[in-house]
Amino acid sequence: MFFIDPHIHMVSRTMADYEMLALSGVVAVSEPAFWAGFDRSPAGFIDYFRQLTEFEPRRAAQFGIQHYSWICLNPKEAQDLGKAREVLAEIPKFLSCPSVLGIGEIGLNKNTPNEAKVFQQHVQIAIDAASQGAPGSKHALILIHTPHLEDKLKGTRMILEMLRDFGSAIDPARILIDHVEEHTIELVKDAGFWAGMTIYPISKATPARAVDMIEMYGPQRLCVNAAADWGISDPLNTHRTVLEAQRRGHQLPELLKVFHNNPAEFFGQNPKFTVKPITMQPPA
Amino acid sequence: MQMSQSSPGNLTAPEVLDAYFLEARARLIELAATLDRIDRAAGSQAVQSDARLNFIHDSLQILQRTQPGRAKAVQELYSLK
Repeated sequence: MFFIDPHIHMVSRTMADYEMLALSGVVAVSEPAFWAGFDRSPAGFIDYFRQLTEFEPRRAAQFGIQHYSWICLNPKEAQDLGKAREVLAEIPKFLSCPSVLGIGEIGLNKNTPNEAKVFQQHVQIAIDAASQGAPGSKHALILIHTPHLEDKLKGTRMILEMLRDFGSAIDPARILIDHVEEHTIELVKDAGFWAGMTIYPISKATPARAVDMIEMYGPQRLCVNAAADWGISDPLNTHRTVLEAQRRGHQLPELLKVFHNNPAEFFGQNPKFTVKPITMQPPA
Repeated sequence: MQMSQSSPGNLTAPEVLDAYFLEARARLIELAATLDRIDRAAGSQAVQSDARLNFIHDSLQILQRTQPGRAKAVQELYSLK
């Protein structure tokens, strides 16, 4: 079984984690820019973007893993509009880096007006960077974080509403809305967007619930990740989800679609992403 | 032996709630998903009268009590008499 982890924060993980991922069939990882646990200065962001685009691909390559990243100012640091302006001005130059797939993870944290404003500015940067995608793309790929816990439903609705306001400038097939759960997955998929499910202790989905959602809403336009970061998290939670699915009798070709081919299809809309979907015949 | 009503360490009630709310929330969602899973599965009607499913529903009644001793009561529910 081969995996692409569509959302993992490797800057917070050790080389032992890279080795474990490689040993367990992970061929590529995608790392969205996120919060470091404390608010950074604009200069700190530049260093972070360089770490994502220069250093992490080299670390991953030592284990045969392809490392891709996403650039943005994360929603948790979007309250300070002055800082946001400075950081956003630096984003376009990083979008052209060879391993950067697009803008992300943008979104909302506490659903504030400032967060919403910075979200919209990021989307506009993605539209202005349309040339970063395949020929004819409306905008760069976008990876969206939805808020945690009690803020998730309202925040997801706000995000969908703001995306609708961009009208035909937005292509839902080029946007993945992450951290969906039982109360938001339908909203996201019905609107034509890709959905991401995160297997994370306490605050997000569990392997069993993730398999429930795959069964109920179908494997189309659905990715699963562990979002492993500096918190109590586990990069192998994607693998545990596969084990849960196998326990229920799901077959390998179906699992390969969700855990490898779906991310390959979504990311592959950017020609920089070179891992191709794998075709596998079901057992006779 | 009488069950003690001693405090959980030095924690106040608001601190206990802060410390354990998210874990309790996650477990309730997991239980809800488990019940949904049973309902979605083939033969779900046949297990509606299964004693184990009744235990779960009875446990949920116990959780709604306003007096301490809920964990003991749920354990007793699942115990051979």
